Amino acid sequence: MTEVTELMRPQGESLDTKEVLLNLGPQHPSTHGVLRLVLELDGEYVARVDPHIGYLHRGTEKLAESFTYTQIFPLTDRLDYVCPPSNNLAFALAVEKLLGIEAPIRAQYIRVMMAELARISGHLLITGALPMDLGAMTALLYAMREREMIMDLLEMITGARMHTSFCRVGGVREDLPEGFLPKIREFCEIFPNRIRDYERLLEDNRVFLSRTQGIGVISPEDGIDLGLSGPNLRASGVDWDIRRDEPYEIYDRLDFNVITRDEGDCYARWQCRVEEMRESVRLIEQCLEQMPEGPFQIDMPTIAFPMDKDRVHCSMEALIQHFDLSAYGFKVPEGEVYSAIEAPKGELGFYIISDGSEKPFRMKVRAPSFVNLQALFGVTNARYLADMIAVLGSLDPVMAEVDK
Amino acid sequence: MSVEASVISTLIAERFGEAVEELRVSHGVHAFAAPPDRIVELCRFLKEHPALRFDFLSDICGVDYYPEAPRYEAVYHLYSLPNKWRIRIKCRLGDPPRVPSVTGVWRTANWHEREAWDMYGISFEGHPDLRRIYMWEGFEGFPQRKDFPLRGYKDDLNPFGAEGPPPTQPDLVTNDIPTGVRSTPET
Repeated sequence: MTEVTELMRPQGESLDTKEVLLNLGPQHPSTHGVLRLVLELDGEYVARVDPHIGYLHRGTEKLAESFTYTQIFPLTDRLDYVCPPSNNLAFALAVEKLLGIEAPIRAQYIRVMMAELARISGHLLITGALPMDLGAMTALLYAMREREMIMDLLEMITGARMHTSFCRVGGVREDLPEGFLPKIREFCEIFPNRIRDYERLLEDNRVFLSRTQGIGVISPEDGIDLGLSGPNLRASGVDWDIRRDEPYEIYDRLDFNVITRDEGDCYARWQCRVEEMRESVRLIEQCLEQMPEGPFQIDMPTIAFPMDKDRVHCSMEALIQHFDLSAYGFKVPEGEVYSAIEAPKGELGFYIISDGSEKPFRMKVRAPSFVNLQALFGVTNARYLADMIAVLGSLDPVMAEVDK
Repeated sequence: MSVEASVISTLIAERFGEAVEELRVSHGVHAFAAPPDRIVELCRFLKEHPALRFDFLSDICGVDYYPEAPRYEAVYHLYSLPNKWRIRIKCRLGDPPRVPSVTGVWRTANWHEREAWDMYGISFEGHPDLRRIYMWEGFEGFPQRKDFPLRGYKDDLNPFGAEGPPPTQPDLVTNDIPTGVRSTPET
């Protein structure tokens, strides 16, 4: 890039140029939240970027140290608010590893199904929002229409559209409601055709292609060095998916392809996400097919709430169990665990140190967006301002997760 | 003990001998304790050894074990993409906590280390740009330390904060931390 800018620089001494400081954000539609970039501009060319994050810092990790394990679930919702079921799952898995328990099979299927729904919802948002950043508004409106269907499905299961908090340590909160299966089957039937629609909208769009193809290329070595994960790294040709390589829950029983692209540019990252949505639909269909009947929560009164809520009103033991778990929580044996899942944005890890009490001694969230966003500055330090917006959109950071 | 665990521990023992201590395997992840002055060497060894190739730095995390001594800990989580192994390296740090930066080994360490500095005041020596990342410039104290009150300290903007002496202030220009922390923790 340096050569190009040298050519563009005015020759001779007749023109004086100086670098301009530009403040992009924190309130700017294409920063996807509250990201503030202090840019040093040399014409249209970004000479230096100084990112400022932390506008949404809520101290999730510090708060978690004063919450019981069950109380932490709503905090995890608010990390990546586009796809909360994945965050719930990641945290539940970490605590379950510490306790040495496993959720019943039906619960695992429900969790995986919800995590895949969340993946579609997260990918839908960004596959629509990236073109919008580049001027193609239509795709986002269509994407939102389908995202609404997922919201409705999540509302049917959990009663909440965004902050689901549906996982519990040792299972899920409730069983699937009546009338849910036909709804989700309908979704699985409709959705693949809709994905085709988005592709048709953008695949032949010359403006979109020239704004994304060959822009923001990340080599596989750079991607690994910068800590990229998830679709961002797979778009650079690194074949790594935690769902396949370190299978958790029931992913080893499901058949799916890991989508990779070799180009490593913005378009490849966009394509990867579109293809992953197709795979997610396949995964959901397999979950529905294989899901056995059975309990949705582990049968351990010291950890799980009574499965039948009505028993709380007529059984002394159930009442005590419910009260005890709500008021004091449950003790988790001393130890430490790092547990990572493949969240829509990449590797979402929870590192929990337990001192044997009801509250974690230390909880660290390895937030994929935080690491992915950092990569922006490793890539675009020698690019044009307009390209930086494209790269930012294609890396898909969610600021709530960046800021924790 | 799995094959991977014995491979990793043999290779580390060959190179580092007594310096790097092997810890108990906890929940499938092999852990080692390293002294701060050898952490960069150990990370480079783990990344570059052809049989190990821990090329992916997942996370760097600060921990405060107040009132134990040594008080702080930096925890590194590495992943090997070719071998699909995970490993944890723990590094106990005294007060004030100082540890060499691994930004020279992985560029991704940059923000992780800034976060640990911001939250725990762990000073990563050799870091190219060690500034606060979440808290604003001019914020006093390190909020995730165990002796920092959950609600912060009382001031004009925070009437519900805890009473107490002002926290230790790092010098934001030189990043030097005054030695010794506040002796009276909040209860």
